[in-house]
Amino acid sequence: MSEEFAIETEGLTKRYDGVTVVDHLNLHVKDNEVFGLLGPNGAGKTTTILMLLGLTEPSEGTARVCGYNPTREPIQVKRLIGYLPEKVGFYENLTARENLKFIAELNGVAYGEIGRRVDEVLEMVGLTEAEVMENASAARQREKTVGKYSRGMKQRLGIADVLIKKPKVVVLDEPTSGLDPKGINQLLDLIAELPGMGTTVVLSSHQLYQVQRVCHNIGILSKGKMVIEGSIDQLGREAMAGGRFSIEVETVEPNEALIKTVQTIKGVGDVQVEENRLLISTDTDLRAEISKAVVQMDFPLIQMKIQEFSLDDIYMKYFKEN
Amino acid sequence: MTAILRKELADYFTSIRFIILFAMMLGVSAVGLWAASQGIRNTNLPEGFIFLGLFTTPGIPLFGSLPVLIALIVPLIGIALGFDAINSERTGGTLSRVLSQPIYRDSVINGKFLAGIVTLSIMVGTMILLISGYGLRMIGVPPTAEEIIRLFMYLVLTIIYGAFWMALAILFSVVLRRIASSLLISLGIWLFFSIFILLVAQAIANAFIPTVDATQAELVRNGELAQMITRTSPIVLYQEATRGLLTPVVVGSLGMLTMSQVAYMIPNPLSLGQSILLIWPHLTSLISLSLICFAASYVVFMRQEIRAT
Ligand SMILES: Nc1ncnc2c1ncn2[C@@H]1O[C@H](COP(=O)(O)OP(=O)(O)OP(=O)(O)O)[C@@H](O)[C@H]1O
Ligand SMILES: [Mg+2]
Repeated sequence: MSEEFAIETEGLTKRYDGVTVVDHLNLHVKDNEVFGLLGPNGAGKTTTILMLLGLTEPSEGTARVCGYNPTREPIQVKRLIGYLPEKVGFYENLTARENLKFIAELNGVAYGEIGRRVDEVLEMVGLTEAEVMENASAARQREKTVGKYSRGMKQRLGIADVLIKKPKVVVLDEPTSGLDPKGINQLLDLIAELPGMGTTVVLSSHQLYQVQRVCHNIGILSKGKMVIEGSIDQLGREAMAGGRFSIEVETVEPNEALIKTVQTIKGVGDVQVEENRLLISTDTDLRAEISKAVVQMDFPLIQMKIQEFSLDDIYMKYFKEN
Repeated sequence: MTAILRKELADYFTSIRFIILFAMMLGVSAVGLWAASQGIRNTNLPEGFIFLGLFTTPGIPLFGSLPVLIALIVPLIGIALGFDAINSERTGGTLSRVLSQPIYRDSVINGKFLAGIVTLSIMVGTMILLISGYGLRMIGVPPTAEEIIRLFMYLVLTIIYGAFWMALAILFSVVLRRIASSLLISLGIWLFFSIFILLVAQAIANAFIPTVDATQAELVRNGELAQMITRTSPIVLYQEATRGLLTPVVVGSLGMLTMSQVAYMIPNPLSLGQSILLIWPHLTSLISLSLICFAASYVVFMRQEIRAT
């Protein structure tokens, strides 16, 4: 077992009554990265996550979370991992603080520290004091029970609940569902900060642009199999341009000499001209070299773009082909 | 586990369910006590068992005596405390959250079971104390030491009896996803064992040993077979044990007696030791039944998939 993987699975398989829903999955999530787990409905994302948490047993294969086996060493795994379920539920007759306290107690947080931690995570997820309190007269301030929370407020409380144990690994199953746009932005910012604090994040979501914004690496599941895995940039280039960068330069009336010069730059492949634009295909990001060459040839450099790949393109391209 | 136990207890004591059960229990005590007060004057109680008479006088028809009422209501309390223990957390989505914390799965069941037993003990204890207290004022005869021991054993027996029904209800709350199903099945089993088992037992006994043109010996064997079958019912077990503990005078033996034998019976009170010996098998059967239910829920729960849907 190498140390650099926070989560590692080998041939992980789950069958329900003979139907295989997770099929020999080899998943690798590095330490301190944000990993996006994608795939259409019923692809097996939630099932995979349940096996990582020891909430269901694999039919075959093994999983490792920080070096521990979730089936055989569930307590060690659960000490390190924070899980936000697809549908998060709280004790509705208790207040947010009471719910959080209970989870903190189960995690053995020192009694004196619980109150401080609860306040800390409530602030992290942006549940303000006004939202936590009952709308009663100022004289008798009471806290609201979770039963009176809105869907999005519960979702935020769910994130707070995950963070209160200070986990090494966080697994979030569709964490942005039910949140308002501002809430989504706050959550994405929060997720992006987690690796800096030494926390690895696994995120399952259908919101591709959100995934693209925070994830370093992604894996796309389909029918229980990993069909694409890697960083978004690299995957995009592989899917759309055969593994190459595509750089677009806008100038004025490019001539043969300019094209020749650009072509001599090391690493440049094909160069095409479309009116005032050069479309250059390269092995690496050569924007600096190309712009220097254009300016040295006395051509104006009006605009320069490197083609970016959206996760949408990758996702759609894969599922159109299949 | 202490955190779970504490939370469960707090839940029970603040729930409407607890208040309703408590009110029901008070009602039963009041009715039973009233019935006893009506009947106790006409009953000829032997020396030393006058106080127990509170719990045993047949009372007035329709209401039955106190132990019968208690035998009826304690299963309901047990079922009410357990029927949604696990599946309400499952449908509420809290089970996923709790079980992804570093605790053993069994501590969830243990915590709930223990909290249930504490609640049950408080209810049954209060009930028996209340009845004794008011009874004391009513009849003015203080209990003897032996009566106190017998009442205490009755309390323990009743708690074990309630624990069995709670364990059964918890088992169904683990196995069945829907709260309504686990409630209905628990109540169904309760109904079967309290009423239908008597009919079923008699029918089976009659099938094997017909009572038409039967000799005296055959009639006795028929009765014994029927009784053996009804003893599969925890309710019957509990009622027999109660009789052994609280009505040591009439019982003598828990077996079958013909009318002629009854006529020869000398009203000779059983000693405490003999009573305990008599109910010992009943007690151990009830305990093992509870343990079987508890172990079964444990085994099923340990390997169950916990999915929040
Ligand atoms: N208890 C079960 N018994 C049988 N099949 C199941 C069970 N739970 C899930 N499945 C099947 O497993 C497959 C994968 O389900 P899973 O919940 O992992 O999908 P998902 O990728 O999380 O989908 P979604 O995007 O809708 O959340 C589905 O086809 C589902 O029907
Ligand atoms: Mg899912």
